[in-house]
Amino acid sequence: MLKFALSRLGTFVPTFLGVALISFAFIRVLPGDPIIVMAGERGLSEARYEELRQQYGFNDPLWVQFWDYLTGILRGDLGESFVTNRPVWDEFFSLFPATVELSLCAIIIAIALGIPAGVIAAVNRGKFFDRALMSTALIGYSMPIFWWALLLIIVFSGNLGWTPVSGRIGLLYYFDDVTGFMLIDSLLSGQDGAFGSAVSHLILPSIALSTIPLAVIARQTRSAMLEVLSEDYIRTARAKGLSPGRVNGVHALRNAMIPVITVIGLSVGTLLAGAILTETIFSWPGIGKWMVDSIFRRDYPVVQGGLLMIAVIVMIVNLFVDLMYGLINPKIRKR
Amino acid sequence: MSLLRIRNLSVTFTTAGGAFRAVDKVDVDVDSGEILAIVGESGSGKSVSMLAAMGLLPWTATVTADEMSFDGQDLRQLTGKARRRLIGNQLAMIFQEPMSSLNPCFTAGFQIREALRKHTDLDRKARHARCVELFEMVGIPDPERRLAAFPHQLSGGMNQRVMIAMAISCRPRLLIADEPTTALDVTIQAQILDLLVNLQRETGMGLILITHDMGVVAETAERVAVQYAGQKVEDQPVRNLFDSPHHPYTAALLAALPERATEARLPTIPGVVPGQHDRPAGCLFSPRCRYADDRCRNVVPPVQPDALGRALCHYPLNAPEEARA
Repeated sequence: MLKFALSRLGTFVPTFLGVALISFAFIRVLPGDPIIVMAGERGLSEARYEELRQQYGFNDPLWVQFWDYLTGILRGDLGESFVTNRPVWDEFFSLFPATVELSLCAIIIAIALGIPAGVIAAVNRGKFFDRALMSTALIGYSMPIFWWALLLIIVFSGNLGWTPVSGRIGLLYYFDDVTGFMLIDSLLSGQDGAFGSAVSHLILPSIALSTIPLAVIARQTRSAMLEVLSEDYIRTARAKGLSPGRVNGVHALRNAMIPVITVIGLSVGTLLAGAILTETIFSWPGIGKWMVDSIFRRDYPVVQGGLLMIAVIVMIVNLFVDLMYGLINPKIRKR
Repeated sequence: MSLLRIRNLSVTFTTAGGAFRAVDKVDVDVDSGEILAIVGESGSGKSVSMLAAMGLLPWTATVTADEMSFDGQDLRQLTGKARRRLIGNQLAMIFQEPMSSLNPCFTAGFQIREALRKHTDLDRKARHARCVELFEMVGIPDPERRLAAFPHQLSGGMNQRVMIAMAISCRPRLLIADEPTTALDVTIQAQILDLLVNLQRETGMGLILITHDMGVVAETAERVAVQYAGQKVEDQPVRNLFDSPHHPYTAALLAALPERATEARLPTIPGVVPGQHDRPAGCLFSPRCRYADDRCRNVVPPVQPDALGRALCHYPLNAPEEARA
């Protein structure tokens, strides 16, 4: 198991270099000049422009810039934002908890609803519930996330007035960050109604963000369950006189989980990408919104560093998923 | 009164190509302490009729029977819950493929303890003790370690022993073994058969052995039912069956045994079992039967009396003059 984990960590290195190179190249391929953007509408003199280019190292050959960037990463230095002059590392971690909070809630909703829905659909294959559920899942999967977000805002915030439109917490409340997670911080602050406000702000973006993973998980659970339900050991479990709940929920589901956790791992990437749209629509101060803003400002270090951090997180999550396989099905551990 | 008594059992599967009758008017009787072998080639409906008794057929199957009772309980009327109290407990079954019949995600011990927890009042400790005892009964050395093993860590023969331990864990009154040795290699086959017969003797349970191997039948069974294309074609005590088979199909099967061959070439049965769309009007065996005439091809054969092995045939073989119907 340890050997497996280490060998997987070994494959991190080329992936990491690849992501570093792509994120470095990608932002430079985009038209636009960060110094012009910084100058804004006032413009700036030719000499000052040259001076700034020299200062930020844009006059060096690209490979030198890339080398500086790489060695910086190895020292734990992702550079500083052109706009705020704060280290990218610090900015990332001040915003990251908001994204994690949103993504975690979304994936919890997706798992908590998707797996049971898939199991029930598989057990009732071909019947009304199965068809209804799978059609709904297809709709959930095919509709763009921003469309869901806008629809939810119109219905629940606009028409019904049940939830706030945007932000993480009501303006009435103010407290310092402790963990960066609003749900926890609002509880720790002890202010009346703060937690409720945080929940009501979180609920719509979480639902909007969960739609695609929910649909994917439900469909994957269903197809994996259908495959497993025809296995001999399911007949054995039934021959023991076990209840359908135990046969389906324990004997079948455990075996069906392998492909399901694979898509859960993969949807973490989708979640972070989806978070960009969701955070923008709900003005959620997370890394998604931060990345979009930085792309418009041509804030090279932030875009490079942010992409790299997101890639590393997706890689770690998928490593974790690989390790889970062996825990769920010991037969896989042997290979 | 038989332990398991089935009268006129038919099982029909709804398939894309129409209805397919897998089991056709089959009677089964088995008593406590008796070993019944059900013999037939693949697709003769031997497993399906037993799965019907267990209630393990998929929803595409329609089961009809005049009578289907276990120890006086009508199996047709059982609610799902009552059936689940019965199967795995009083009425147990083991299957053909030991490697795929155990769940790869759980240890052997877990899968046996699960049956004990469902059907007995034993506490945790007693369940574990019972597992160790069962493993000793089925001849698994080093039970403590093997209980903690996953199926993929055990051999096929060992897994079949685990399956047997699981099936007898709640002291069933009838054990149905569906081709328990087909997937195993020959030396292990003999061990598993010996084990089943010994367990049957020790516990006095009934045993139904489904097989396509006449050698297995000769070694173990007391009574034999021969099935062909979903119908029971003959039912006799094992010695009589081998001495004087009454149905031409049984006779042909016996003639095809290498041990009984008298010529250089092993005799075979020409043709194949009729499928869904080419069932003959009369006797289902008539296209392959060397004795068949027009009556066989067009008229459904009667069931002969007990003395003629209840053969499903117009012209039973080896018939003494006075017994002919």
